[in-house]
Amino acid sequence: MGLEIIADIRKDYVCNLVRGGKREEGRGFREYREISVERDIIKRAEGSARVKIGDTEVLVGVKVELGEPFSDTPDKGVIITNAELVPLASPEFESGPPNENSVQLARVVDRGIRESKAIDLKKLCIEEGEKVWIVFIDVHVLDNDGNLVDAAALGAIAALLNIRIPNERYGLTGENTLPMRDTPVAVTMAEVEGNILVDPNFNEENAATSRLTVISNADGSLSGMQKSGSGGLKEEEVVEMVEIGIEKAREIREKYLSPL
Amino acid sequence: MKEGTERKLIIDGKRLDGRGFEELRPIKIEIGVLKRADGSCYLEVGDNKVIAAVYGPREMHPRHAQDAKMAVIKYRYNMAPFSVDDRKRPGPDRRSVEISKVSREAFDPVIMKEYYPKMAIEVYVEMLQSDAGTRTAGINAASIALADAGIPMTDLVSSIAVGKIDGEVVLDLTGVEDNNGEADMPIAMIARTNTITALQMDGHLTKEEFKRGLKLAMGACHQIYELQRAALIERYSKSEEREEKKRD
Repeated sequence: MGLEIIADIRKDYVCNLVRGGKREEGRGFREYREISVERDIIKRAEGSARVKIGDTEVLVGVKVELGEPFSDTPDKGVIITNAELVPLASPEFESGPPNENSVQLARVVDRGIRESKAIDLKKLCIEEGEKVWIVFIDVHVLDNDGNLVDAAALGAIAALLNIRIPNERYGLTGENTLPMRDTPVAVTMAEVEGNILVDPNFNEENAATSRLTVISNADGSLSGMQKSGSGGLKEEEVVEMVEIGIEKAREIREKYLSPL
Repeated sequence: MKEGTERKLIIDGKRLDGRGFEELRPIKIEIGVLKRADGSCYLEVGDNKVIAAVYGPREMHPRHAQDAKMAVIKYRYNMAPFSVDDRKRPGPDRRSVEISKVSREAFDPVIMKEYYPKMAIEVYVEMLQSDAGTRTAGINAASIALADAGIPMTDLVSSIAVGKIDGEVVLDLTGVEDNNGEADMPIAMIARTNTITALQMDGHLTKEEFKRGLKLAMGACHQIYELQRAALIERYSKSEEREEKKRD
């Protein structure tokens, strides 16, 4: 009960600020918190990145293993994305099987990578119908101060930019690099008191009636979207959010996803 | 898996099933089809067959998940194992967990939850036969089943998907179109106020295609809303007639 009351007070605080045209930490409505991206930080992983957006911190590791293709796509590799909301990251998280929030997080991250066709799945085929590379993208949330989706999606593509194919481990020869064909970036916005806030923090997420994540590619086209939350949005709001999303994605891409 | 146009989906300006770009598949609605549920609806959209049942408001279990201020909505989207070409393993997978969440949130703005603190309103949607657009068909059926159960709502929710096939933005994709198409964007909307309550997208759309698609989908939601409304009016005017006959 105590936590609920505090949550209500925080919600009122955020709403009051927004009504006055302000945000916590003095941020503008269209402004991200400080972002940092560190790549290649886990030695055992074939690709990795730690992303911080403000106090939100996410670690993404990519493992590449040998496996069998799906029967309907015998000449293509496989992408499997998973997200764990470990109890270390927030008092709201509990251990146990994935709940709908972690499933949604993983599926939205997956959607960006898959639908942008960033990974050339045909290049992951070793022997048609028999042997392909399976790319496991694992999102490990370390600290949840809101907007896990953008941090996780940025971590995923950042980790993939430096991916190594572990041919030697399986006694294979071949190209050890896998260039990405696109750089999808997710931008999440929340609606609070009729205003659109980019990169909502934890308190703002709780005060928001709805959120929209817009994933866009290097050429400004869209590869995924997801609305969540219990509120409704007007057509003009959705269109505006898409425009903001594409613009913000371009800024993030230029700053954080250049080749190492 | 959106892998572009491996197969022609538009021939001479018509889609493979003969529809125009902005045309819905035929929709059939039956209300009150289940005896034990508090409200129910059977709905067909083209080759989709879906049944929705509503139970409640009734006591929320487990009790620690109760909300002291309002009712909790439970929504379960489930595919029958025989509803698709390759048998679907029974039980929830990640896809259905996500669809259940998004669908539940589509109803959050309309259900007057504050009337029933500590209670649960439960929506169960079963796909019996599927041909793309199952989540939207499920939402349309659930909306009617909620009304049939007498759950207080500010409005009905209507839902449809738009997509892109052979480079064209079209309404209400079939399975063949979805599998070979370039994009899919399901939405749910409160038609009377033009409020979007669910929105997802995957594939590839330019900003202009997105805007066009959104308008197209919103227009179609108005058509679906009229069908839902007409079905409810027809059902309840009939039951009034029956009541009157009984009295005579």
